[in-house]
Amino acid sequence: MAVIQQVAFILILAAISWILLRRVSLIRKTILIGKNEDRNDQPARRFSTMLRIALGQKKMFDKPLIGFLHFAVYIGFILINVEILEIILDGILGKHRILAPLLANSYRYLIGFFEVLAAGVLIACSVFLIRRYNPAVQRLQPARHRELNGWPQLDGKLILVLEIVLMIAILTMNASDSVLQKVGHPHYPVTGDFLVSSFLQPLFSNWDTAALVIYERVAWWLHIIGILGFAVYLTYSKHLHIVLAFPNTYFARLKPKGEMYNMPEITSEVKVMLGLENQNADAVVPERFGAKDVTDLSWKNLMDAYSCTECGRCTAACPANITGKKLSPRKIMMDTRDRLEDVGRIMQANKGEFIPDNKSLIGDYILEEEILACTTCNACAQECPVLINPLDIILQLRRYKVMDEAHAPGSWNAMFQNLDTNQAPWKFSPGDRFNWADAVR
Amino acid sequence: MEQADYRVPTMAEMAANNESPEILFWVGCAGSFDDRYKKVTVAFVKILNKAKIRFAVLGTEESCTGDPARRAGNEFTFQMLAMSNIQVLDMYGVKKIVTACPHCFNTLKNEYPELGGNYEVIHHSQFLQQLIDEGKIRPEDGLPFNGKKITFHDSCYLGRANDIYEAPRHVLEALDADLTEMKRSRVKGLCCGAGGAQMFKEPEKGNKDINVERIEEALATGADTIAVACPFCMIMMTDGLKNKEKEDSVKIYDLAELVAQANGL
Repeated sequence: MAVIQQVAFILILAAISWILLRRVSLIRKTILIGKNEDRNDQPARRFSTMLRIALGQKKMFDKPLIGFLHFAVYIGFILINVEILEIILDGILGKHRILAPLLANSYRYLIGFFEVLAAGVLIACSVFLIRRYNPAVQRLQPARHRELNGWPQLDGKLILVLEIVLMIAILTMNASDSVLQKVGHPHYPVTGDFLVSSFLQPLFSNWDTAALVIYERVAWWLHIIGILGFAVYLTYSKHLHIVLAFPNTYFARLKPKGEMYNMPEITSEVKVMLGLENQNADAVVPERFGAKDVTDLSWKNLMDAYSCTECGRCTAACPANITGKKLSPRKIMMDTRDRLEDVGRIMQANKGEFIPDNKSLIGDYILEEEILACTTCNACAQECPVLINPLDIILQLRRYKVMDEAHAPGSWNAMFQNLDTNQAPWKFSPGDRFNWADAVR
Repeated sequence: MEQADYRVPTMAEMAANNESPEILFWVGCAGSFDDRYKKVTVAFVKILNKAKIRFAVLGTEESCTGDPARRAGNEFTFQMLAMSNIQVLDMYGVKKIVTACPHCFNTLKNEYPELGGNYEVIHHSQFLQQLIDEGKIRPEDGLPFNGKKITFHDSCYLGRANDIYEAPRHVLEALDADLTEMKRSRVKGLCCGAGGAQMFKEPEKGNKDINVERIEEALATGADTIAVACPFCMIMMTDGLKNKEKEDSVKIYDLAELVAQANGL
């Protein structure tokens, strides 16, 4: 029996590792179909941003209670996973609590500490699950935000349920283990009671030894398969943020939020038009102005899309969304990821090559009406706990619409015309520009 | 001070006299053409005169910075305007610019360097704070504002875009005003609805106008003066106030106007 478990464990571990590797490489490949953009300057500043925002979760503490609960899950997740090391060693070597003899008496306290964290995760995830059903938490309600309908809201709930199940498994596994230790089962080395699960031991007090072993084994397997399965699941899920928050904050933009990226490909053309430069025969004419599809965005925009955990803080702060417009910065990020995943599937089916499918990010995923509603106020970028910038994508899509398709609202075209002819967005004569001074002179 | 004492020299006049100003006052399109914001331009010019700042304006040689074109997605028009502005600014050897418009401020400060235009750019809220700190203008006993309840509406292009939150508030506090904050302020400040070239088109379909949402928040503070530091915010908030039919009981002023009033200008 023990050998079967050992073999099964090794096979499962290998299979999951292989699937994970494939997923990670696909995600990496799809991020890299984005345009090149240098985000390696100022490494010290970038590193400190990552420490503060990702590791320190600074922005999450905007709302202290939610920040604290999220921190409980985060720290629990990181530290409890140290225990995975032991579980994996046990699984491969067919041992039980392999670290217990090594750590002697402190093992009991270490596991006890993990149990406290597990209880924290259990409580926090339960609160989060309740919040997903609480209409007062508007940003999590599919009824208010259409982008959450279907898979996204199920994804959010599944993750929480899974984490709750995992934590219950770990705590009851330890409780049944303790009871087995007390009856002197040879496979269960005596470690002493653990801090939290000791309160759960009465649940198992009347069980016979065989049932206890089965329960302990089932909980052990549930826990480890749950965690390995979770690792694969998160590559398909919004939960990818737990990994990508780190690189995403490291590579976040360091320039003032108000600055829009320059388009150097236009500068030389403008210089020729102004007579500042001669026509350069070597000048490369870009195949497209702005972004029509994910392949036109930068790799950082695409990493942003994978890093989004759909919390909706951006959308809750968006003036357009608050006043009932179709624009939702969260949807911009979700659509970008959906498109990117579709492109990834096409790549997978075509030996890694992207064959155009007559679809594009703007039009088939994001509507023109959405990007037109943006006031570029930067509230979305300000709110994001992992420094995602939806505005950057919106503005590149606008550039495509206006410059490549020459498609803009009529009043914008009038504004452009005014700017081109009288250097003011309104229809005033440039000669009257200084008339205001008549009031003082 | 007699009205005839105010001077508004242009860069061209100064250059003709072989003079150069300490600072260029970039007026902006709204400051030049919008009837309401022209009053702000005038108020700021009066303050500059009173503080004896050697300034100049470009007059008819100024063009739009290109901000609305760029935000709407029209990079060609933006760069055309930006390049010709840079040509003019560099021709006069401009080093330092002050402007009352956060959009002009952001574009001149953050976006012109990439196109070769490098200047020290400050917003008039920062400049007013400096003048007050240096004692160049003194709110006269703070009389007109003594304890008056004022709320300040953060402009996105000053606040989140450029992290300027305190300068305008310092100016208001120097006036001895009772500064009261809206529910959403500073980094959380709600946009007036005009940015990103929204000023120049009708809003998309929704259930409310953004400026109405924001004016409701301003009115909820109970302040009878709403201070702004941006021409677009001024226009949007004024429209919102009209929508709420409160234009008789609540007034909207730019920082420069409030400072000018406090100085009896």
